[in-house]
Amino acid sequence: MIQIKGLYKKFNKKIVLNGIDLNIPQGSLFGILGPNGSGKTTLLKTILGMVIPNQGKISILGSNILKSSSYRNNISYLPQAANFPPNLRVNELFSLISDIRGNLINYSRLIEKFKLSPFLNEKTNTLSGGTKQKINIALAFMFNSPLIILDEPTSGLDPISLIQLKKLIQTEKDKGKTILITSHIMSFIEEVSNEIIFLLEGKIYLQGKINEIKLKAKSSKKGIDSYLTDFEYAIASKLKDKNV
Amino acid sequence: MFKILNYCFFDLIRGRWIFIYFSFYLLLGFGILFLNNDISNAVITLMNIIIFIAPLIASLFGVTYYYASKEFTELLLAQPVKRKSIVLGQYLGVSISLSLCLILGLGIPFIIYGAIKSPDIWDFSLLLIIGCFLTLIFTSISFNFAIVNDNKLKGFGYTVLIWLFLAVIYDGVLLILLIILKEYPLDKLSLFGIMLNPIDLSRTLMILKLDISALLGYTGAVFKMFFGTFLGIISSSLILIIWTILPIFSMIYKINKKDF
Repeated sequence: MIQIKGLYKKFNKKIVLNGIDLNIPQGSLFGILGPNGSGKTTLLKTILGMVIPNQGKISILGSNILKSSSYRNNISYLPQAANFPPNLRVNELFSLISDIRGNLINYSRLIEKFKLSPFLNEKTNTLSGGTKQKINIALAFMFNSPLIILDEPTSGLDPISLIQLKKLIQTEKDKGKTILITSHIMSFIEEVSNEIIFLLEGKIYLQGKINEIKLKAKSSKKGIDSYLTDFEYAIASKLKDKNV
Repeated sequence: MFKILNYCFFDLIRGRWIFIYFSFYLLLGFGILFLNNDISNAVITLMNIIIFIAPLIASLFGVTYYYASKEFTELLLAQPVKRKSIVLGQYLGVSISLSLCLILGLGIPFIIYGAIKSPDIWDFSLLLIIGCFLTLIFTSISFNFAIVNDNKLKGFGYTVLIWLFLAVIYDGVLLILLIILKEYPLDKLSLFGIMLNPIDLSRTLMILKLDISALLGYTGAVFKMFFGTFLGIISSSLILIIWTILPIFSMIYKINKKDF
């Protein structure tokens, strides 16, 4: 589905992605983890073509994405921060995006799921942060694209919407879609995904199935092993090794 | 591009600031026309205001709009649209709505005043055309600065500086240059200097059209000789068009290189 080779990106003097090689097969669900500034969002943005890499190749469904825009028909994206044109109504916003993309599938189901119908005729500048995030999620799941990229999907969501989001992710996964999620909330990643990529200083520090990583951490003979029963500690132990 | 232009336009014309800008021109138009009671005087007064205000508002509005819609632009970038279409759509959305404020805001008072049938209608039309050109030019300049600078303060700063330079400082520099070089024949130099600055060029075109170039003395006569000819009209329109197109191209070039 996604092949990334030797991806390298520098912002001014700061190296953000330092030689990333990654192969994401179709139908997999990857959680992308890492401390702040480790390059998670930049990695997603290079896949989306929003950040132009200094070196490296990315191909999605077999075609090189550099200088192309039509491949994004295959991607649904949920950005980290949601902000819409202030004077547009919510339904106009939906129709704008569907005008651009066509093939809208889940519209009414999503509106109902996130209880958005009372807001459809409101201007977007009157909405709360959480409602904006719900609209954002609806925008991302409205299309039938084989690749879904979610950047911090949980921010600002109420518990009910969070449950809905988890269900949505599960349904899409069951349909055989490829999903990439970044999050700071480890328990969320642990719950929805089975494989993780751990980024550190622009490199893939760790990649694999969550269970295997837990097991490895358990068997390691470091000082805090007795506490490494849970995933967060597993990651923490990796960081400790690296002295971060 | 047209879809994005469309949404951007409707988003803007429902906004408060566009309405304030439109009302400003409306009040200005009514005030000056009905106080002056003479259309050609009114056109001169309006010209002096528009030549400063239109570029200033276009600059500020362009920068503000670009920064305010940055997150939505990112959402659009993730859609299957070219970067070029997004930035052009937004640029045209801003500049067309600002130009409409100018055309309608001043046009309505003129129509109500009954200026349509007066011979000064051509002067007035030229004023509106020049105002629209200045809006187009300065919106794209401001977009350029906003694209290059992620820091809002810098973006604002550079844009306002460019406006200040072209609207105020440039004339001073040109004047000093003319004084220093007064030993030499300066018609060509001043002509060249004026043509390089869209604000000066617009002002000169307007003054010549209004036939008050006698105020400019000898230089005015030289200008009239130049701008009055076919070559003069063509070259000055061409320069205004180049001033409009160049920043647009540079905007597209910059947006294609940008990391979001």
